[in-house]
Amino acid sequence: MSLTLFFVLLGLTVASFWVGRQHAVSLRNGGARLHSLPSYHGTYVALVCGLPAALLLLAWISAEGWMIRQFVIAGLPDEFKQLPDGELALLMTDVRNMAYGAVPLDTSRPHIVSAVEHYNRLRGLSKVLSWLVILAVAIAGFVLARRMIAPEFRARNAVERILNVVLIISSSLAVLTTIGIVLSLVFEALRFFARVPVTEFLFGLTWSPQTAIRAEQVGASGAFGAVPLIVGTLVISVIAMLVAVPVGLMAAVYMSEFMPGRIRAVVKPILEILAGIPTVVYGFFAALTVAPLVQSIGMSLGLNVASQSALAAGVVMGIMIIPFVSSLSDDVINAVPQSLREGSYGLGATQAETIRLVLLPAALPGIVASVILAFSRALGETMIVVMAAGLAANLTINPLESVTTVTVHIAMLLVGDQEFDSAKTLSAFALGLLLFVVTLGLNIIAQRVVKKYREQYE
Amino acid sequence: METPFSSAQPGTAPPPAVPLPNEPPSIVARNVNVWYGDKHAIKNVSIDIYRRQVTAFIGPSGCGKSTFLRVLNRMNDIIEGCRVTGKITLDGDDIYDPRLDVVQLRARVGMVFQKPNPFPKSIYDNVAYGPRIHGLTRSKKELDEIVEKSLRRAALWDEVKDRLDEPGTALSGGQQQRLCIARAIAVSPDVILMDEPCSALDPIATAKIEELMDELRQDYTIIIVTHSMQQAARVSQRTAFFHLGDLVEVGSTEQIFTRPQDRRTQDYITGRFG
Amino acid sequence: MSNQPAKDGIPLRSPQDAAGAAAAAVALPREAVDEAVVANRSASRHTTAEAEKRLRRRYAAQRRFKAYGITAIAIAVGALLWLLITLLANGLSAFQQTYIRLEVTLDPALVDPRGDRSEESIRTGDFGGAIRQALRERFPDVVGRERLRNLFGLLSSGAEFDVRDKVLADPSLIGTKQTFWVLASTDVDMLRKGFFERQPDGGAGGRLNAEQVAWFDQLKAAGDLDLRFNKRFFTNADSREPEMVGILGGVVGSFLTLSVCLVLCFPFGVAAAIYLEEFAPKNWFTDLIEVNINNLAAVPSIIFGLLGLAVFLNFFGMPRSAPLVGGIVLALMSLPTIIIASRAALRAVPPSIREAAYGLGASKMQVVLHHVLPLGLPGMMTGSIIAMAQALGETAPLLMIGMVAFIVGIPKGLTDSATVLPVQIFMWADNPERGFVEKTSAAILVLLAFLLTMNAIAIFLRKKFERRW
Repeated sequence: MSLTLFFVLLGLTVASFWVGRQHAVSLRNGGARLHSLPSYHGTYVALVCGLPAALLLLAWISAEGWMIRQFVIAGLPDEFKQLPDGELALLMTDVRNMAYGAVPLDTSRPHIVSAVEHYNRLRGLSKVLSWLVILAVAIAGFVLARRMIAPEFRARNAVERILNVVLIISSSLAVLTTIGIVLSLVFEALRFFARVPVTEFLFGLTWSPQTAIRAEQVGASGAFGAVPLIVGTLVISVIAMLVAVPVGLMAAVYMSEFMPGRIRAVVKPILEILAGIPTVVYGFFAALTVAPLVQSIGMSLGLNVASQSALAAGVVMGIMIIPFVSSLSDDVINAVPQSLREGSYGLGATQAETIRLVLLPAALPGIVASVILAFSRALGETMIVVMAAGLAANLTINPLESVTTVTVHIAMLLVGDQEFDSAKTLSAFALGLLLFVVTLGLNIIAQRVVKKYREQYE
Repeated sequence: METPFSSAQPGTAPPPAVPLPNEPPSIVARNVNVWYGDKHAIKNVSIDIYRRQVTAFIGPSGCGKSTFLRVLNRMNDIIEGCRVTGKITLDGDDIYDPRLDVVQLRARVGMVFQKPNPFPKSIYDNVAYGPRIHGLTRSKKELDEIVEKSLRRAALWDEVKDRLDEPGTALSGGQQQRLCIARAIAVSPDVILMDEPCSALDPIATAKIEELMDELRQDYTIIIVTHSMQQAARVSQRTAFFHLGDLVEVGSTEQIFTRPQDRRTQDYITGRFG
Repeated sequence: MSNQPAKDGIPLRSPQDAAGAAAAAVALPREAVDEAVVANRSASRHTTAEAEKRLRRRYAAQRRFKAYGITAIAIAVGALLWLLITLLANGLSAFQQTYIRLEVTLDPALVDPRGDRSEESIRTGDFGGAIRQALRERFPDVVGRERLRNLFGLLSSGAEFDVRDKVLADPSLIGTKQTFWVLASTDVDMLRKGFFERQPDGGAGGRLNAEQVAWFDQLKAAGDLDLRFNKRFFTNADSREPEMVGILGGVVGSFLTLSVCLVLCFPFGVAAAIYLEEFAPKNWFTDLIEVNINNLAAVPSIIFGLLGLAVFLNFFGMPRSAPLVGGIVLALMSLPTIIIASRAALRAVPPSIREAAYGLGASKMQVVLHHVLPLGLPGMMTGSIIAMAQALGETAPLLMIGMVAFIVGIPKGLTDSATVLPVQIFMWADNPERGFVEKTSAAILVLLAFLLTMNAIAIFLRKKFERRW
């Protein structure tokens, strides 16, 4: 793509550093007393040459696709311009794929062939233009900065000001990401809510997003009541917490209070391996091993267990979350001051009594916070449920039945080709918004609790 | 620096000695050595501690007085790499006997710490903690009585009787320390160890605690570690001077402060080092 | 220096006490008595029989409590072992594949249709026909369409490529009869590896009929059917046939994606950490950034996928399935992790270093860039490797941006359609065929090996550069 241009720009920047420094060195050798070291002069020239050009390149890359798209649409025959948004988007996806060669050119549709040609012409033009403009900016920057070099020029201060701005921009990226998430979710969700009322989404009891291909088909409208998904998510997450909280908490307590240091140094990393295993692996494990096991155990007890039971997915998710709970609890238990332990031991309490009656109550807010965090993680977990939970949106709290979750449907609705206009596709963003708001809320609560808890012992 | 007993001139006739209780010592330590890893923290210390007296451990910081105090209820067990040799008996029971139970020992030898450390529970629950874990009561009424009695003995009852449900951490520093003393008394120990109990308190709170100690010694063996020689002189009947892990000198408080036998004791109490 | 008496003091009288006792001999008459003590057991309420009983109960409670803890750890470790053993049991065999030895006559009419032995000609040659012919010769009594189809079913549809590649490398083989080990079908492979059970009717695994199993036994007995190292698994990309799949496509895709991710998030992450830790004034904006970073670290990964889909694909019109977009999405996701780790690394640099540099008249930027940053860099690198390991295992957001396509080729650039290793695993896992279970497990083993290596490097770096200030 623009990789070559990027490297040319990089080369130019390096060269300008060298030129700037050489110039400053020659000034100094000529007997001038420089305010700043020659390498600062070099850095200044390099920054002024490279930075604006690089930003421009970035902007160019970002805008190019959109601009070309607008031009190509404008160049389409009129009957296509009038197409509804969704069909137009589909058409443009085809055009783009063919232009990039991802899909062979469909010669049966002449308007597409011409659109592809138009697209490629514009791409070529954009490429030439980008080279010209960006190199011009870089060279202009170089010339300007090169002329600034003088003995009394405060190159170091200038460089530091520029770097400071760069640092601020870097740290704002996190905020930009959040804004991006919020905007994209809200924007698409609003389009969804224009079709489906919020109340139906939040309180409707049926979820079947299949919009019919033909308008007269039964159930053509689709049903977008998210309650079955929400309940399914809660069922699986609660099962996960029932596994992870007792196991994680007891493991953390035992490791921090009873285990000798040498053994702990071995066992703790082993537990942390569980946290490092990718979720797709857990999903595979759940579907391959745990779900059939749960089913056969259930059968032998005379129970009717679905092959993709909520129990299996929840248990595996719980295993995944164990190290999360245990390392967070470990932190909060260790934050309880040693003086409380000593106070309890000094009164003749056993270790178990000290933990049960002093440490755990004292650490309770922190433990609650870590449970909240773990719960929010369970809500947002995707791969395990995609692979091991069902797709059918059953409204049930029976853990032996198959349920589905919010994340499963987000993934399923958006994998593969989608038309970006149907309520079906857009519903994924509404689900995403719901998930985002809930997990964000839980995180904020948990962080508050943790902060209060830490302040208590500081 | 003025010594606490500056009125008594060295060399004059000894002032009337504090009469020793007419019974055997409560704690007997013989040739006690403590190591933290390679560090020899306590060197061959032997001492007798008597009932119904306050015994003060004094000495410059790092001299081992706190370490020795914590050896007496095996609080050092918690610290990794701590090793104790020698023999310490409490009423005849060897407290480092592997058969002796450390939980039981600590119920008999209570402890009050340098910084008040009430549990983050209500005032009532703080005091009731010990009796509850040791199963000392059979009914709520009995427990209420113990709590009230302990708080009274700790001279805290009148200040907190109307707010027993409030968290112990909400009290002032001096009140917290008295709460910790009440908490220790509630277990009805034989010995109470106090590790610089007033170092975090203001003078008024300190005075209250000191008064309390004098009161408590009627029933308990009390050992106090203190930085302040004045405090040792005020509250204790016997004083032991530690220096660099050695027990340099032990005797009646009056004797230690007026006629120290060892040069180092004299230097310390006259303020040459500390 | 001390006037301390003999060290091995007689237990009757403590040497130290003796000094005091001598001084106050009259006042302290009982100093020496301690035999009496032994007889004197106080009537403490903590030493009664009842107290002892209570104590035993309390210790029993403590033992139960400890047992819970041990059980919890055993459950966690057991789950890990169960997972790993399942994967090893299912996946290790994938590194070998079943091959059948055949005497193939390389009939020029079949394999070199143009007869000029050029590459183009050989590429259009019917090597499948040649192999099928060889198999018929091996089992001459098999006739009839149905039975022949079953016979050919022993071979993989990819068998011909092995032969073709050999001939391409050496066209002089054309016209001769050669011995080749050609790829067997996945069902034969599964039977060979023992994943298929033999049925009472003589068939196996519900996929092979009795006759096929008989042929299998015959070939095996003759030594013409054996397991050989599965090179394909490391050089191929995806395929519809489990015996032909390989992980290279996914590995290359993961490498490209992670490269983009690292290039983007390391500089920005470190810069953000430097700013927040060293320069940021305490104001609402900095607070906002801090809160943001903490919350972003806990946003479900699938939300980042939605972001990528809505912003990069739909708004900026970037190509679907491209490592470039995947890398950007993963970079946004890893950024908080790297920032948090880098800040911790910067915080670990002691203030004395900063003060020393300031004392020499360095500017703030110089202090940070010349002294603090180099000392913090190992910690930042460790954090980044761990973040990359997380990104390597990430699947859900990449599904959203279309990296889930079936791609037979190996991606060559950042905008090529590609998939990544975990998504490849996800796609294979979706396949019910037994052969795919094996390959999925093996791909997971490879993925875990990568993760283990990355974490080992991180630990090594940490150990190597760890300093005690």
